[in-house]
Amino acid sequence: MALPPLDSPQWQSPWRAFAWGLRSITQTILTIVLFVTYLGIGALAHDTHFSLLWALCSTLFVWAGPAQIILITTLGSGATIIQSAIAVTVSAIRLFPMVVSVLPLMRTPTTKRRELVFAAHLTAVTLWVECHRFLPQVPRERRIAFVHGLGCGLVSVCLTANTVGYFLAANLTQTLGAAILLLTPLSFLFSTARNSREVADVVALTLGILLYPLAAKMNSGLDILVSGVVAGTIAYGVHWWREVHA
Amino acid sequence: MSYAQLVGDWHALAVLFVAGVVPNQIWRMLGLWFGGGLDEGSELLVWVRAVATAILAGVIAQIVVEPPGALASVPDGLRYGAVGAGLIVFLLTRRSIFAGVVTGEVFMLAGKWWLG
Repeated sequence: MALPPLDSPQWQSPWRAFAWGLRSITQTILTIVLFVTYLGIGALAHDTHFSLLWALCSTLFVWAGPAQIILITTLGSGATIIQSAIAVTVSAIRLFPMVVSVLPLMRTPTTKRRELVFAAHLTAVTLWVECHRFLPQVPRERRIAFVHGLGCGLVSVCLTANTVGYFLAANLTQTLGAAILLLTPLSFLFSTARNSREVADVVALTLGILLYPLAAKMNSGLDILVSGVVAGTIAYGVHWWREVHA
Repeated sequence: MSYAQLVGDWHALAVLFVAGVVPNQIWRMLGLWFGGGLDEGSELLVWVRAVATAILAGVIAQIVVEPPGALASVPDGLRYGAVGAGLIVFLLTRRSIFAGVVTGEVFMLAGKWWLG
């Protein structure tokens, strides 16, 4: 499927643009990665005793895989609401630069801020990557509609995956249930590693994994925050040192 | 499937909003309202990105080191081996997410079958 040329009459209707966005989810391998990840999240929610409605609401209203996993694992392992909220909000800071960089791609001089609220909500790593790929092929005045379509398509895929994963975890043998739960760390590890272009990203990922077991020994309830801030700061130090000595 | 599994209690949903939705959504809305004047390559954002990546790495490690539910039935060595095998194939295939995930899964299932 190729998108119509920029001057095509296909783009005159915003609904058509929405439909093109919706159809574009079939054009990326990331849709499969998302499906697999959210299959795992559904299974994880089941095994940590959250309801299916809870899992679906978390996908609809949080719409950020890492935050959802942090929420489920911290609450599931007995953290307080405050501790979970802190871990979630720190993981979500990365959405700020994403929104900042992606919204100018959709804005026209007459765009009002409230027209961008839903697009901002839909912004997460997959949409961010795909916007940079697809939007240059979409006329500027139809980009918001296109992104709404793309985002709604991805959310639907993930809601379906959550439901399937939840029922599989409830009904499969222990071994296959374990296999579905293992999908989450594997897909997150490899998709993050794939997005790591700079040395600082690689250091943050590697050290973040290695430091977590040490931080967990302190039993502070904020293990992930402690290892994350330490590993991330060291990674930033490496970045800074390379800049200075470049 | 029971009502508790499908819907659950309203308290859990309230916790979802307080601990999950608000702390996550606040950054998107800040990006929408104040994003205009921010330099994308600023040093602060480089640090933020590094910390966010390391936190995600910690979450990955937590699921593998302290596994939830059915994953706890897989012995420690086998879980680490599965992630390691997946990582090696991921790197050998020039960063194919698909090849890495499939290898990790096959390694774990084969190990489970072999151990009986």
